[in-house]
Amino acid sequence: MADENEVKDPRIDGIKTKIRVVPDFPKKGIMFQDITTLLLDPKAFKDTIDLFVERYRDMNISVVAGIEARGFIFGPSIALAIGAKFVPLRKPKKLPGEIIFEEYELEYGSDRLEMHVEAVDSGDRALVVDDLIATGGTLSAAMNLLRRVGAEVVECACVIELPELKGRERLEGKPLYVLVEYR
Amino acid sequence: MFASENGLKGDPRLEAISAAIRVVPDFPKKGIMFQDITTLLLDHKAFKHTIDIFVDRYRDMQISVVAGVEARGFLFGPSIALAIGAKFIPLRKPGKLPGKVISESYELEYGHDRLEMHVGTVEPRERVIIIDDLVATGGTLSAAISLLESQGAEVVECACVIGLPEVKGQHKLKGKPLYVLVEPSGVDEFC
Repeated sequence: MADENEVKDPRIDGIKTKIRVVPDFPKKGIMFQDITTLLLDPKAFKDTIDLFVERYRDMNISVVAGIEARGFIFGPSIALAIGAKFVPLRKPKKLPGEIIFEEYELEYGSDRLEMHVEAVDSGDRALVVDDLIATGGTLSAAMNLLRRVGAEVVECACVIELPELKGRERLEGKPLYVLVEYR
Repeated sequence: MFASENGLKGDPRLEAISAAIRVVPDFPKKGIMFQDITTLLLDHKAFKHTIDIFVDRYRDMQISVVAGVEARGFLFGPSIALAIGAKFIPLRKPGKLPGKVISESYELEYGHDRLEMHVGTVEPRERVIIIDDLVATGGTLSAAISLLESQGAEVVECACVIGLPEVKGQHKLKGKPLYVLVEPSGVDEFC
């Protein structure tokens, strides 16, 4: 985590205060982490991207994979700044070319994540980006897609972690980097 | 209007952008030549050119809001917003935004859909640009313009990477200027 075992970067608090918590969305009992308020603050949004870019710019990342849809808000800016490709990981039937898919569990039922097979290959070092990690199901599916085409997943990066849901443990030992925790 | 008619005639970046866009025939159904921008996102230089051209155009126009249409507008809008110091506002499919929303419906080929926006995110008279990857009929952009105007914002321009032929010669959408980088790629152009 960004502030574990080291002096916390002064930008972190500014980012955390801009995330709005909306109770009982999409249903009762869920405290929804709303990043749209962060996007309304140009300085805090820039700080968010800068923190990721500073971490990854010298790690030879060749692909940033972002999870639809909120991963699309953060991933491309990171990819552009570090000189990497951006690959969108999408809901079913949105990608027009040849795809592979991974299923993942929802609370009720399952969903699928798709990726263009030709977008990534065995030479690639990949970063997976989403706005938030909860149970880790979606990130785990994303990592599987990248591994199946032979890419090396270097790290998963999220703005927010919900540590009580233990998503970190579903990443099969791959590191997770987050800016803020919500307990 | 097209970038090539508006100061960027012969700009080699436009050719690189166009060449990086893949056309997929018969997706999502027969007869549609789908303009796939995912190949543009794989070409770091061409993707950067795309953002740079929009940023160069808007950085001195006192734009304080970039609104992006879900989901492919999210791929371009935030980078532009960050570079020009503007807020980014996602315009989303129904049920995704957790706060109080306003919504506007728009026509699809069969049926209709809705676009939503959080209320209270724009001040009256704030200057806004709206971003999407592609404009075809302009239905989605029209809905986006309505949402922003209903909150008192001034929509300065709509900007898209690709503009379909229906749009050529039609420089305005609901009276708002339209700025487009390239025309659709043909099947044979992608190597």
